[in-house]
Amino acid sequence: MPAQERPLIYANLRRPGYTVDIDCYLRHGGYEALRKAVATKPEDVCKEVETSGLRGRGGAGFPTGMKWKFLDRKSGKPAYLVVNADESEPGTYKDRQIIYKDPHQMLEGIAITAWAIQARQAFIYIRGEFQHGAKILRRAIEEAKARGFLGSNILGSGYSCEVVVHRGGGCYVCGEETGLIESLEGKRGYPRIKPPYFPAVLGLYNCPTIVNNAETLAQVRHVLAMGGAEFAKIGIPGDSGTHIWGVSGLVKRPGLYEIEAGKATFGELLYDLCGGPLDGRAFKAIIPGGSSTKILRFGERFKGKRPDGTEFDWALEDIPLDANSIAACGTGLGTGGTIVLDDSVEMIQALSNLNAFYAHETCGQCTPCREGSLWLSRVSRRIVGGGGREEDVPMLLDIANQVAGRTICAHGEAVAWPVQSAVPKFKDEYLESIRRRRRGETAGGPTLI
Amino acid sequence: MVTDNKPNLVTVNIDGVEHQLPAGANLVDALASVGKEVPHYCYHPKLSVAGNCRMCLVELGSPLRDRATGEVVMENGKPKVGWQPKPAIACASTVTPGLHIRLDSPAVKSCREGVTELLLINHPLDCPICDQAGECKLQEYSAQYGRGYSRYIDEKNAKPKRTRLGPRVTLDDERCILCSRCVRFCNEVAGDPVLGFVNRGSYNTLTCYPGRELANNYSLNTVDICPVGALTSTDFRFRMRVWFLKQTPSVDTESSAGVNTTVWSREGKVHRVTPRRNDAVNETWMADSGRELFKSGESADRLRAARIRGAEADLGAALALAAEILRAGPLAIVGSGHQSLEEQRLLARLAKAAGARTYVPARRGAGDGLLVSEDRTPNFRGALLAGLTDREADRDLAALRAEIETGRVRSLLVCREEVASLGLDAATLAKVRLVTLGTHLDAASAAAEVALPGLTVFERSGHFVNCQFRLQSFLQAIPGPAGARPDAEILGRLLGAVEGRAVAFDAGAVWQELAASQPALAGLAAGRVPAEGVLLDGSAWRHLPFPERKLLKFAAQA
Repeated sequence: MPAQERPLIYANLRRPGYTVDIDCYLRHGGYEALRKAVATKPEDVCKEVETSGLRGRGGAGFPTGMKWKFLDRKSGKPAYLVVNADESEPGTYKDRQIIYKDPHQMLEGIAITAWAIQARQAFIYIRGEFQHGAKILRRAIEEAKARGFLGSNILGSGYSCEVVVHRGGGCYVCGEETGLIESLEGKRGYPRIKPPYFPAVLGLYNCPTIVNNAETLAQVRHVLAMGGAEFAKIGIPGDSGTHIWGVSGLVKRPGLYEIEAGKATFGELLYDLCGGPLDGRAFKAIIPGGSSTKILRFGERFKGKRPDGTEFDWALEDIPLDANSIAACGTGLGTGGTIVLDDSVEMIQALSNLNAFYAHETCGQCTPCREGSLWLSRVSRRIVGGGGREEDVPMLLDIANQVAGRTICAHGEAVAWPVQSAVPKFKDEYLESIRRRRRGETAGGPTLI
Repeated sequence: MVTDNKPNLVTVNIDGVEHQLPAGANLVDALASVGKEVPHYCYHPKLSVAGNCRMCLVELGSPLRDRATGEVVMENGKPKVGWQPKPAIACASTVTPGLHIRLDSPAVKSCREGVTELLLINHPLDCPICDQAGECKLQEYSAQYGRGYSRYIDEKNAKPKRTRLGPRVTLDDERCILCSRCVRFCNEVAGDPVLGFVNRGSYNTLTCYPGRELANNYSLNTVDICPVGALTSTDFRFRMRVWFLKQTPSVDTESSAGVNTTVWSREGKVHRVTPRRNDAVNETWMADSGRELFKSGESADRLRAARIRGAEADLGAALALAAEILRAGPLAIVGSGHQSLEEQRLLARLAKAAGARTYVPARRGAGDGLLVSEDRTPNFRGALLAGLTDREADRDLAALRAEIETGRVRSLLVCREEVASLGLDAATLAKVRLVTLGTHLDAASAAAEVALPGLTVFERSGHFVNCQFRLQSFLQAIPGPAGARPDAEILGRLLGAVEGRAVAFDAGAVWQELAASQPALAGLAAGRVPAEGVLLDGSAWRHLPFPERKLLKFAAQA
């Protein structure tokens, strides 16, 4: 049977004629899950989420229920809920659909989560470029408040929670949760050191804070709607629910595909759903989950052991689309923003492009990331410009090794991983590019259409 | 330093060797206390932890515990160590029982080498013309932990080279390693948050907020704590190589705060004064205003030789005439909170021997709550301990003036005080036989029958007692003018002349007498005061209305 989509988050917004107003949402069962939640004790809502096995959709895939458990409830300080809608990982555009087309779904998830952690104030930190999205959200919040789903005395429960939309200033690292918190506090978006600044203990305004991705909160809405145990049946053990795959790049039908976790493979996604490579081309590589996940090359074999002990030996096309299987292949599911590269792409250009992005977006707070990212960018740009040396290839890897694991936040890994994965996998091509470009021969850019 | 609470020592393992370290202590400081240096740029013991330079990355591990039983897992009779997968910054880590630390592993070396290389790629490498050379952490660590050669062949960042941040601080942004020490200092200590970073990534640039400047009275501390040559003192810039300078411990004389200082001098000339760490007094800070005091020692109105009736004279002749004036009497004495404890004692003995009434003028100013106090003399407490006075400092000298006007005082000795501003005008001074001892020419010394030259705090040694009643020593950094003698010697010889016998004025003899006569100083001796000073019992003077309210490490008792 060919792979199929299973729309859960996108179920409503795919309906013809579906609109962002609250009446439309209510006609499709909206805010019923919230009604259920406020009739349940907060700790039982947390248990439902834990039972569901839901993992965060922001990229790290951390179990949501466990994250909520870490919240410091003994400090006596107010708890905050912060929604990470900064969606700035290159290749990722899943949250934008929710915000622009079905905002109430996320707001319902926010109200449920706020109830579960007993937060009286929630903040939606939305990517600065989503100017219209912020307007949609603000209008939706007003609608929800007018109907008693948000604001004071939610659904007559006596519980109140205000939601504020805060637009970011257009910075990638403000999607990192502690950088986001600093930015929300009105400071430079410098990620904080952990320890001691774990958000669940010392988060926003040094109060216990839960930072969840926008889609994660939409998923929470469905966990409550169907119950944790029922939700856990979607997907596979260890990764429940659906994943939204935002496929972009050199493929026939790029777009967003919502698939049950673990129920399809990359091959099925790329060939069955996305229609395969452009005519006359062949796939070369994918960056599976947003630009900072490690690159996978077509033709590679991935061998290892599953958690249950069974061995696997997969081609890229065979890798099942769940977090654990993808992690077992040395990369990550990330945000599900898959970037597809075909044989028209010269890999050094792709790498140079990524390096330029990370050098531009590093906040510059800590040394390895600040200096390493710019160095990587300058070396790869020099290679593209014809000034490459063969020793630059191992040096690129060495620079990346000096960055990964030594920085304040995960931007260091984001800087290093593309290089650490691409250099060993495409070393010969890089060397060939260096030699050719030194002779003044350029390959020309990738052919997009 | 002696502390009352004994720290809770726990066993930690450093590179396989067990050490006892205080639990909860910052790891960089704790390791330093057992002689293990963890290189760092951004960490400063008196500022919040930023953790941004990543130079202090170390490997940390702790004993593994069985999840079910909570018992420590043993391996070959020793606790099995669970090493953290990533290196951790020591500056944001604390000492915990059983902590294992690797400072010497290949991974740690690689971290230091990597950070050093990365810091240098956009650094101008202009050590030969950089003021920081010789006291630059980047230079030192690059030599110690760096590769020794550069792999960087691409273009470097260009940033502003000579930014005037304020009246006293000049910034070279290309040398800046963005450690944020200066930013944190201004925010956390100076309370004047004017510095910050603009731009992003490697193009980050330290700057002042638009329309503001780094002009607070503590701005030069940013220069002190800058680990590289980015922030430079506009005054000291390009003046002198630091390795040529001799360092002498001293005490700031601008107020009774008693800030500990280091005087940097070469060939008889002071080039700069910087704070010296004393956690009980000034931590590592110092006001800008105290750093320029040395310049007055070189001013044109400096009294470089003795004078008799305005004409330069031999010191011996001047002393003989002065002794005759003092003996003639009736004598009054104006002493000073700028005199050392030793000088004050000799003066007090002189007053007693001559039956003279003593005055110690008050020198007041606004306190800043940090390191400049309301009493603008360094040693008024010393005058109390020495027995030079037993009352509050004199706001003016009206009483003395009345004594002079009525003829009850016919001789006057003024030490280190400018008395014209205190009510003794030229007409009044003309009615007494006047002897002055001071460093500069002023109205009184110009009119004096005998003017004796004094030495500045940089030219003599002695002790001050600050507002905490903390006894602190200062040492001579440079020689005084040719032929000038220490104040203590001049006072000792005058005392001898009045008493009619030779008086020992060396520090040892003065201290012997001080310790015997003043209970608060019992047991102390010259040269025995430790670097952090000695806290004296000042309870005998608790009833006096001292002007100091609050300082960094001082609060007036209610």
